[in-house]
Amino acid sequence: MTNAASFATTPSGAKPKPFITWERFVVYAVLIVCALFFLLPLYIMIMTSFKSMAEVQSGNIFVPTLHPTFDAWSKAWDSACTGLYCEGIKVGFWNSVKITVPSTIVSIAVASVTGYSLANWPFKFSEVFFTILLLGSFIPYVVMIYPLVIITRELGIFSTLWAVILVHTIFGLPIQTLLFRNYFASLPQELFKAARVDGAGYWGIFFRIFVPMSVPIFTVSVILQVTGIWNDFLFGVIYAGPTNYPMTVQLNNIVNSSMGGKAYNVDMAATILTGIVPLTIYFVSGKYFVRGIAAGAVKG
Amino acid sequence: MHSVSVQNLSLKFGAAEVLKNLNLDVEEGEFIVLLGPSGCGKSTLLNCLAGLLELSEGQIHIKGKNVTWAEPSERGIGMVFQSYALYPQMTVRGNLSFGLKIAKLPKEEIEKRVQRASEILQIGPLLDRKPGALSGGQRQRVAIGRALVRDVDVFLFDEPLSNLDAKLRSELRVELKRLHNRLKNTMIYVTHDQIEALTLADRIAIMRGGIIQQLDAPQTIYNRPSNLFVAGFIGSPAMNFIKGTTVGGGKAFKFGDVTLNLVGYEGGAIMDRPKAIIGLRPEHLAIVDEAVPGLTIPAVVEIDEPMGADSLVWLEAEGKQISVRVPVEHRPVAGTKVHLKVDIAKSSLFDETSELRI
Amino acid sequence: MMLIVLGVFVCGTIWTVLFSFTNIKILPIFTPKEWIDGFVGLANYRRLFNTDRWMSCPAITHIGMADWRFTCTGALPNMVTYAVLSIAIAVSLGFLLAVLMDQKIRAEGVFRTIYLYPFALSFVVTGHVWAWIMSPEYGLQASMRQLGWDSFSFGWIADRKMVMYAIVIAGIWQGTGFVMALMLAGLRGIDEDIWKASKVDGIPAWRTYIQIVIPMMKPVLVTIFVIVTSGAVRIYDLVVAITDGGPGISSDVPSRYIYQNFSANLGQSLSASTVMLVAMAIVLIPWIRMEFGKKSQA
Repeated sequence: MTNAASFATTPSGAKPKPFITWERFVVYAVLIVCALFFLLPLYIMIMTSFKSMAEVQSGNIFVPTLHPTFDAWSKAWDSACTGLYCEGIKVGFWNSVKITVPSTIVSIAVASVTGYSLANWPFKFSEVFFTILLLGSFIPYVVMIYPLVIITRELGIFSTLWAVILVHTIFGLPIQTLLFRNYFASLPQELFKAARVDGAGYWGIFFRIFVPMSVPIFTVSVILQVTGIWNDFLFGVIYAGPTNYPMTVQLNNIVNSSMGGKAYNVDMAATILTGIVPLTIYFVSGKYFVRGIAAGAVKG
Repeated sequence: MHSVSVQNLSLKFGAAEVLKNLNLDVEEGEFIVLLGPSGCGKSTLLNCLAGLLELSEGQIHIKGKNVTWAEPSERGIGMVFQSYALYPQMTVRGNLSFGLKIAKLPKEEIEKRVQRASEILQIGPLLDRKPGALSGGQRQRVAIGRALVRDVDVFLFDEPLSNLDAKLRSELRVELKRLHNRLKNTMIYVTHDQIEALTLADRIAIMRGGIIQQLDAPQTIYNRPSNLFVAGFIGSPAMNFIKGTTVGGGKAFKFGDVTLNLVGYEGGAIMDRPKAIIGLRPEHLAIVDEAVPGLTIPAVVEIDEPMGADSLVWLEAEGKQISVRVPVEHRPVAGTKVHLKVDIAKSSLFDETSELRI
Repeated sequence: MMLIVLGVFVCGTIWTVLFSFTNIKILPIFTPKEWIDGFVGLANYRRLFNTDRWMSCPAITHIGMADWRFTCTGALPNMVTYAVLSIAIAVSLGFLLAVLMDQKIRAEGVFRTIYLYPFALSFVVTGHVWAWIMSPEYGLQASMRQLGWDSFSFGWIADRKMVMYAIVIAGIWQGTGFVMALMLAGLRGIDEDIWKASKVDGIPAWRTYIQIVIPMMKPVLVTIFVIVTSGAVRIYDLVVAITDGGPGISSDVPSRYIYQNFSANLGQSLSASTVMLVAMAIVLIPWIRMEFGKKSQA
């Protein structure tokens, strides 16, 4: 640098950048437009649910409500008609709870033990077992529907809560077992060996060593099971019987029952209520949700 | 003209200052190694040179041209990465020629350069294979080839041998040295392995906390470390440090009941310092039977670790652990009382407060 | 417990496949005697493919990618339309979003949450929201006209030719965020050094994406393809919620066809189920071999 003047004009320090380049502008513009597309239905859903029916009919779906009212919500929860009776979607909500809780607990309990056995206590046919499990998690449900109707009918539980719970448990098991097996197989083998040297047995190792280390995988599989079962429609329709219909089926019936014209505000309130459980799980669990859903997306 | 010249370079990520006002001049054809523990900023500095990170302050010149704001591909550099970073779905030939094709070089020229690189690196037979079918050593050679075909003056290496096993690493180290001798390019090489640094470098820059601690020829760094950090970092087994005081106007070093005569020490003015540290490399100590006042330290042999040709003997002196390297056939028996002879000319004195070499 | 479950899976599938070759009507127990008595060979399949509601291709002789949709109607072609379109759109839109999200943007978490939340909702919920938005009576069409755009027309769900496209819109709204999340994970999984190397080589970012990054993401892309396809093959609740197969049966899909035939026409249902099983197998088996074959050999 021969003199001070030329030094001042040569590049030095950070490259000067305009406040926003046009590339950045395009990136954000596209992201925001897409975000609006994804948000729009949620907005419309919420707005519609707070409108009165008169406002729905005269108004515009984009316009926010001027006279917010909870009428549609209380009606959706308590007194909307499904075609059979008019007790609102709360019946479906409690049915869904009654279905989801036991099938989640049973399937995860069985799957975690099975996965643990497959990963650490190889038995004679464990390879064959594993392959069938793998195929089992991909078989389309429709193929199994009729055989399961026969089985539940022969067991005398067809059209009861027990039938749906059983079916959800059965269909949840293959993918859950795979999940647990892969997780347990990824834990260091030395841990298992060390525990055996220390004299721990089958159950001791499982409960004292593996379960405490597996909080993430239990979280993932609970998310997978709960959202999967909560969002199910087909099994609910087929196996539960009208008095035990889960929330999704009740929602469908409420929307489709056209007694006295369609009440869109009530429909939307019921829709939000049905979606609120998985949505809450999603917002609370964050990255676990994506992992759980990714694992479950391949199942039948 | 310097090949690469860094002036007052600083880099901040938010409030954290990763590189602090660095200056570095690299001569044409020089092999510089940036050495330091992880997180010292050595790779960050290399990425700044390559233009992969934007610096916050300062300037970078390559071959006399100010490239502070230039794109990586316009800086006249080639780079080799630890993970090789080969494009997996392209053949070796494709990997070598991809950048040249993008730069719209004539076909014959590309062919010529690929040919030359494959001869130099002896990867001719591999040209039509994909990276997945190559061994680690072969992959790293291809990665070097990708820098070679760019026909640049400056090569940047980011821990290129760290992913290889020990045997291959030493083989490729020799090959790199041969390559440098043949090409005479400027090479800037980042590593955390001091053997690589000592064997390859013309000069080593030891870094810590975003600051170059010492920039010198390997022997100088080894024999005259400029501060405690450099002294402790370089050398394996590590240098022995003994805390004490300098007395008699800087004529002697005293710790416990031992006094060492400092006449013949090569360094600055010693003076009387209440807190000083003497650094003694294990190979610069000798085990003798007779005490010589001012030159020896009485010690008791504890254990020894034979390492093939040499043995590292651990002794206790004045309640301190001291290691000494001796030929394996001269190993003393544990429990013997011996004396350690100090070679003052090869020792290092540090001020404990400033941590700098005296 | 697990053995019983496996038994159910294996036997259930075999029963369904075997009894698709019989003429049993209702309430079978699936005994060998029933099978022998009712064996009719491929009759169910012949009838299935001669049923317009399943598949009707008057112009099947000139099959071409372009006009296939318009010459074939019925549940199976509807499913194919839905599958092809939703894969094409969800994958390309998902990739675009993932690439944009990968540009070190601000508020990445916010965007990710927005794109992904529909995936938490069930198809029934998704379906009813979109049915409301797309309803000609009060939805988008009415609102746009009210705002003064009189010629605006969006009556797809009431239009036999367009109804499947309306369902595709709802499907991609629900599923694109998920594709984006998988793609983004794939992009983030690519070695930083590859990007550095391509910068030193002077390769423009878009070429790096197309020529280097996309080929490196092949396993992720295949997985996404399998997930989206298998979802499309099974499509049921979404159609039930939006149109319930209507107008008429113009948006019928295989699962709905199968379900509706269980009581009256069991043979048809079972054979249609088998067709779906085969369709799924065609998609899945190459993938399973790719994903898991390597590991079991090693």
